[in-house]
Amino acid sequence: MNPYAIRTHNLSKEYNGENILKKLNLQLERGRIHAIIGPSGVGKSVLLRLLNLLEEPTSGEIYFDGRALRENERLKLQRRMTLVFQKPVLFNTSVYENVAYGLRVRGENRRSIAEKVKKALEVVGLKDYEHKGARNLSGGEKQRVAIARAMVLAPEILFLDEPTSDLDPRNVAIIEELVKYINREFKTTIVLATHNMFQARRLAHQASFLFEGRIIESGNAREIFTSPKDRRILRFIEGKIIF
Amino acid sequence: MDYILAGLKEAFRLLFTLDRGTYTIIFLSLRISGTAVLLASCLGIPLGALVGLHKFPGRGVITTILNTCFALPTVVVGLFIYLFLSHRGPLGMLGLLYTPSAMITAQTILATPIIGALSLVAVKGVDPSITKSAISLGATKVQTTLTVLREARVAILAALIAGFGRVITEIGAAMIVGGNIKGTTRVMSTAIALETGKGKFEIALALGIILLAIAFLINAGLYYLQRVKE
Ligand SMILES: Nc1ncnc2c1ncn2[C@@H]1O[C@H](COP(=O)(O)OP(=O)(O)O)[C@@H](O)[C@H]1O
Ligand SMILES: [Mg+2]
Repeated sequence: MNPYAIRTHNLSKEYNGENILKKLNLQLERGRIHAIIGPSGVGKSVLLRLLNLLEEPTSGEIYFDGRALRENERLKLQRRMTLVFQKPVLFNTSVYENVAYGLRVRGENRRSIAEKVKKALEVVGLKDYEHKGARNLSGGEKQRVAIARAMVLAPEILFLDEPTSDLDPRNVAIIEELVKYINREFKTTIVLATHNMFQARRLAHQASFLFEGRIIESGNAREIFTSPKDRRILRFIEGKIIF
Repeated sequence: MDYILAGLKEAFRLLFTLDRGTYTIIFLSLRISGTAVLLASCLGIPLGALVGLHKFPGRGVITTILNTCFALPTVVVGLFIYLFLSHRGPLGMLGLLYTPSAMITAQTILATPIIGALSLVAVKGVDPSITKSAISLGATKVQTTLTVLREARVAILAALIAGFGRVITEIGAAMIVGGNIKGTTRVMSTAIALETGKGKFEIALALGIILLAIAFLINAGLYYLQRVKE
C-alpha cells in the first residue's frame, strides 16, 4: 500500500491572478496527524478545500494513494474523506439530522444510522442534544456537532480547518482530545490547519510550514519545533511573526 | 350609503349561512389557483434551483426572462392562451377553452416565473458553505441541491405564497380563457366583476371579503415567515 494518503505535485492556486499557493509538494503519511501551520491569510483553508476536492487547483496534481483523481471516481473518493470547516456550518435541522447527514446520503439503514449517531454524540459529549436545533447551539457545541458529523463517517482522511479558533479553553481541550481519539481509534489520517504553534505541537506527528504561498519546511513535528532549519520558523516560534 | 350597508349585511349572511353558490365560487377559485401553484412549483422550484446553483451558458438570459415574466400582464397571457386554445388555434381541437384546465394553464404560466425567480433568490441566499459541507459529507449533486432547497425552505414557502397571491386575485386571464361560466369557471375575481356590473353587490362584497381575507392571510403568512427567517 502506498504510504502516503495524499501527495501533491506542484499544487498551485490563483484567485483573480493572485498566486495564493505556489507549487506545493506535500506528502501526507497515512494514519498520522499532519499540521499545516502558517499565519492567517496564508492559504491554509484554500489548501484544505483543494485537497478535499471542493475547488479545482489552477495547476498541479493531487494523488490519493498514489493515484491521480479520475473524474468517474470523484464521488467514491469524496466519500473517503471529509472536511470540518473553520466556521462550523450546520444544517438548519436538529443535531441528530446533522450528524446523520453523511450516513443518509450514503444510503445507510435507519438502525445503523441511529446507533452511530448516538455513539458519536456520546463521544463528543453531547449525549442528550439529539433533538435540539443545531442553529441554537453555542460555538463550542456547534464545532463538536461538526466533528461528530464527520466522525460518524469513519473517514480515511479528516481535514480540520482551525477547529478551535474562537473557542473557550474547555472546548479547545475537548476538541484536541477528540482529534487524538479519532486518529487513534479509526487510524484516520488527519490534516489539521492551524495558526497555533502550541496546538500543532500538542497534536501533530508531522508538520508543514506554509509561508507566503510556499511550504518552507516539512517533516517530523518534534524536530521542526525543536530545531527548525528555516529562520522564519524560529521567529514564528518566538512570536516575532504576528499571526 | 344604505346599499353598501345592506350589501355588507347580505354578504355576511351568504358567508355565514354557507350559501351554496358563493362557496362553489370560493372552492373553485382555491382549486384552480391551488392546482396552478402546485404545477408552477414543480416547474419553478427546480428552475430556480438550477439557475441559482449552477453555472452554465444561458444562465443570465434565463434569469432576465424570469424577472421580466415576473410582471407579465395577465390579460396578455390570457390572450395568448386564448389564441392557442380557440377553435381556430393550434390546440383548438382539445376543446379546452372556457374550462378550468385553460385557467390552470394560464395561472401556471403566471405563477411559474414568480416562484422561479423567488426560488432563485432563495437558494442564492443560502450560505455557499452549506453546499461545500454537503459535498464534503459525500452528497451527490442531486442530494446537494435538495439540501440547499431544504435550507431555503422558508423562503421557498414564501415564494409559493406569493405565487398563489398573484393568481388567485388576477382577473384578466381568468376572464378571457375561463369565460366566467357559472359553476365551472366562475372564480372569485371574475364573479366580483360580473356581479358588480349587474349591480348585485352582495355576492360581490361577500367574495371581496373572502378575497381580502385570503390576501391578508397571505401577507400575514409572508410577514411571519420573514420573522422566522431572522
Ligand atoms: N474564494 C476566494 N476568492 C478569492 N480569494 C480567496 C478565496 N478564498 C481565499 N481567498 C484568498 O486566499 C488567501 C488565503 O485565504 P485562506 O486560505 O482563507 O487563509 P488561511 O490561511 O487564514 O486559512 C486570502 O488572501 C484570501 O483572501
Ligand atoms: Mg482559514
